[in-house]
Amino acid sequence: MSILVNKSTRVVVQGITGKEGSFHATQCQAYGTQVVAGVTPGKAGQEVEGIPVFHTVRDAVKETEATTSLIFVPPPFAADAILEAANAGIWLVVCITEGIPVNDMVRVKRALASTQTRLIGPNCPGIITADECKIGIMPGFIHKKGKVGVISRSGTLTYEAVNQLTNLGLGETTCVGIGGDPIIGTGYIDLLQMFEHDEETKAVVMIGEIGGDAEEKAAVFIKREMTKPVIGFIAGMTAPPGRRMGHAGAIITGGQGTAKEKIAALEAAGVQVVRNPAEIGETVQAALGG
Amino acid sequence: MNIHEFQAKQLFAQFGVPVPRGKDVKTPRAAEKWAAALDVPVYVVKAQIHAGGRGKAGGVKITKQREEVPALTRELIGKTLVTHQTGPKGRKVRRLLIEEGAGIDKELYLSLLVDRDSGCPTFLASTEGGMEIEEVAEKTPEKLFRETIDPAVGFHPYNGRNLAFALGLPSLEKAVVTPFIQMLGNLYRLFMEKNASLVEINPLVITTDKQLIALDGKVTFDDNALYKHQDVQAFRDLHEEEPLEIEAGANNLNYVKLDGDIGCMVNGAGLAMATMDVIKLAGAEPANFLDVGGGATKETVAAGFRILLKDRKVKGIFINIFGGIVRCERIANGVIEASKEVGITLPVVVRLQGTNAEEGRKILLESGLKVDVATDLWEAAQKIVAMKRKRKRG
Repeated sequence: MSILVNKSTRVVVQGITGKEGSFHATQCQAYGTQVVAGVTPGKAGQEVEGIPVFHTVRDAVKETEATTSLIFVPPPFAADAILEAANAGIWLVVCITEGIPVNDMVRVKRALASTQTRLIGPNCPGIITADECKIGIMPGFIHKKGKVGVISRSGTLTYEAVNQLTNLGLGETTCVGIGGDPIIGTGYIDLLQMFEHDEETKAVVMIGEIGGDAEEKAAVFIKREMTKPVIGFIAGMTAPPGRRMGHAGAIITGGQGTAKEKIAALEAAGVQVVRNPAEIGETVQAALGG
Repeated sequence: MNIHEFQAKQLFAQFGVPVPRGKDVKTPRAAEKWAAALDVPVYVVKAQIHAGGRGKAGGVKITKQREEVPALTRELIGKTLVTHQTGPKGRKVRRLLIEEGAGIDKELYLSLLVDRDSGCPTFLASTEGGMEIEEVAEKTPEKLFRETIDPAVGFHPYNGRNLAFALGLPSLEKAVVTPFIQMLGNLYRLFMEKNASLVEINPLVITTDKQLIALDGKVTFDDNALYKHQDVQAFRDLHEEEPLEIEAGANNLNYVKLDGDIGCMVNGAGLAMATMDVIKLAGAEPANFLDVGGGATKETVAAGFRILLKDRKVKGIFINIFGGIVRCERIANGVIEASKEVGITLPVVVRLQGTNAEEGRKILLESGLKVDVATDLWEAAQKIVAMKRKRKRG
């Protein structure tokens, strides 16, 4: 088992003929993902490594029964691409694009609320179910099928944690990069709930960072609903207030969103919060009884 | 992106939000000329820097004498203001806003931003104008009111009525209720059309002659949407930014200067923050945040080195790369070429992990370059801190 995606997930890549899109579509395919279609308006009939390209997501869905989309469209056009996917009946949209204007996402998030579509990201590395299906830009080889679910607002920091889990032989079920933007499609709570119900997942690693109060909200949920151990890390203990730390969402404003507050809230909810990111793996191991 | 108060007020005026009559000036001569044209009972002279707390720092002067305006201008221009938001170095005043003074009856607070939880634009308003809103939220949360706007349908008069009645505006001053509701609609339009991330009026005042006026104004814009707005880009004031951060931006690097002495260069924002935290855990202070991005190359590494070395405080450099799509051997070659090009004499620790990490480390070790190589994050952080200390003693 796993959450959201597995070896039978059928993926359409929006922006497949671009440099990023074609590279990562092929990488995903090589990992074993069923990349069944690509979309670039005006380029239907072409192929990218054997993947047929369509003008629209609607055409791609009709011809290939794709259910999941992976978006590599540049920021000015990404909101439109997400809405196109939702309109075409795509069930899960994974948007990698970094730099989408917040007010575009405000409208998109509101529009998605009245559809069945779930959005992961934007500004994220994507989602991967180890040894089955990679929908994103993460290095596949560091993942290994196992028992830990991972939820993270970061990219390379997630790889760091995953690498530790794999090296210790714990392995992962599904790893989800939820994105570093202030407005994202799917937050911690939905995913924590899915991992709680997933039989193969025995523990969850959640990697947060400064900005917003999503970790505090997740803490309330964890305390009430989670029976599985949750191990946390919050990046940005040394980040100064009022400065944006790379991610659009990583900013302490008006004294809110500090690492200290988040750690306190998570610890109060029974989460083991690691201070040193090099110790994420060992802490999970200990929580699972060595 | 931040802008000055006078620019925010220009935007307000453009969107029909009432502001005092005013003009920005750079010289006493221009001040004199404008004061004569303005010809009002009370003049307010306000230093224009990108920081709050100007009043307390002596950056705002009020006078009833028109002749005093040039002298006050002379006093403020060139002065360095230190406020709670500028840091100890302060900010040099290069421009002033000279405007008509208002007779204040009541001060309110009003702002608009995107609430991250609901993903909706949200107004915050309070009867406690002129105070720091964080303080109001903490001490008297019952005096802070919120109104969330549904982005699907936009602002409607009922949103305005909700806030106006919550604030008790009709009993404070009935004449300003309709202007208040109109003002909210105009601010919402400004916020969405110009891709603002914050619009704040503190204080919003009811004057003695029953007018509603934005006495102060702050607008922050979403950097990711600047490409849509030439007019907003023109508001940028490079004097208000850290020179090293401007240079980093020009090289597509994400850099934030801090006060410590261990420079760090990392791929990915989350890992970059975590690296700063690990430096602190190892007993030193990070000199910066620097994310070289997913596609780090020889050029980005070289640009990163140059920026780190320009910070004279830096006593050691920690390069932390988790190779994903970027292969570590390419990074290793980049580090070698860049350090030859830039000429590095400081201690450097390079930690490579992920794709082709082994190969990358081998290349660095065999290069003859004086860099220390590590695999483990914690080991690497301890190494650079120890090297810095040793160098200080020796």
